[in-house]
Amino acid sequence: MESVINMALLVFLAGTAFAILRRTTLFSVVMLSGVFSLVSAALLVHLDAVDVAFTEAAVGAGVSTVLMLSTLALTARHEAPGTRSRAIPLIVVFLTGLALVYGTLDMPRFGDPSAPVHQHVAPRYISATAHEIGMPNIVTAVLASYRGFDTLGEVTVIFTAGIAVLLLLAGTIREPTTATKITAMEHHLVLRVVTKVLIGPILLFALYVQFHGDYGPGGGFQAGVIFAAAFIIYALVFGLETAGNALPGRAVRILLALGVLIYSGTGVVSFFFNKNFLDYSVLGATAQAGQHIGIILVEFGVGMTVAAVMVSTFYAFAGQNPPIGDEEW
Amino acid sequence: MIALLVEAASWTFLLLGAFLVLVGALGLVRMPDFYTRLHPAGITDSLGADFILTGLVLQAGFSLVTVKLFLIGAFLFFTSPTSTHAIANAALVAGLKPRHAVVPPRPPEKATQDEEAR
Repeated sequence: MESVINMALLVFLAGTAFAILRRTTLFSVVMLSGVFSLVSAALLVHLDAVDVAFTEAAVGAGVSTVLMLSTLALTARHEAPGTRSRAIPLIVVFLTGLALVYGTLDMPRFGDPSAPVHQHVAPRYISATAHEIGMPNIVTAVLASYRGFDTLGEVTVIFTAGIAVLLLLAGTIREPTTATKITAMEHHLVLRVVTKVLIGPILLFALYVQFHGDYGPGGGFQAGVIFAAAFIIYALVFGLETAGNALPGRAVRILLALGVLIYSGTGVVSFFFNKNFLDYSVLGATAQAGQHIGIILVEFGVGMTVAAVMVSTFYAFAGQNPPIGDEEW
Repeated sequence: MIALLVEAASWTFLLLGAFLVLVGALGLVRMPDFYTRLHPAGITDSLGADFILTGLVLQAGFSLVTVKLFLIGAFLFFTSPTSTHAIANAALVAGLKPRHAVVPPRPPEKATQDEEAR
């Protein structure tokens, strides 16, 4: 049964990939890549990688679809037909594929417990997390404590990407005028009411995911995206201007930097106690309590930066568009 | 006895939900145009999903999982009809006409009035 589900999902994945290749309407390409992310999230759930699946569903299927759509509003809706020959790319892809298949021949069997990846550091994390960190969700312990430096790198990558997007689009962001205040979906009663009902629970859920990451799937990355989703929905339905009043672009840009600052600042604190960078055990009375405090702080920083990057990217893209008139929507 | 009843009810809901999802998928493929396709699509993620969730709630019994399932159900209860509405509305405003719409013939005096008004 297990392998049947796996195979069905993989076939779905391959089918979606082919459909993405064959489409020239960019709108459906964006939607299909959302489907692709959702199917891979299902696959990851089935592999018991719930944290990764959560991230994939929230980022891949959720926010990035919205961001891609808002990009699409600035560009053409159809792919330009290619003029160059397709033979060379086909040969390159074919050869690369062959090399990859050849590479998999040396790989250990799927799920083999004696595979190197299961023998290296994983057993230590699994056996030591309970007494060193004392946290039920080992994934969070590995992500935020054992591999805290890697995660700091990831957050910095997201931060840098956000800054780059802002810089690229900075010169062209339109100043909102009084005309833009009459916004997109002011008259859509159903959407407005439902959005109002849902935003509260979405924000609450984001907080739950943020602070429950120690005990179950979740953490800063997922929570940040969900947080951003709530504000993006608000901006979509009530207009950029109203969302800007609730969460000004300036404040978002400050939060963007503050998240990384909280993360690295937490790491620097341990210097003052003659410990290594990001060694949280000095933060509390006992080493375990210190680890807990450190992980919560670090995850908070991650969530803040991720949410701020998503929201400011959306602001930057949506600020470019001429406001969608009621008659066009 | 109670356990058996709960199990039976749970499976009834699960199978009913699975049936609706299947019918929705079939309808999505078979229906002739955009608006008629929205109808089976709406069934899939509103009633189909809600039935399956109800079945799962009965499977889970009284636990935290049940609360979470209820929350998912409540979320779907709001979002699915709204998204269907938004899609249909967007298509209509964008100018997509129903392909097989039966437009009732207008009464003659109404038509002449319209022409006079023009």
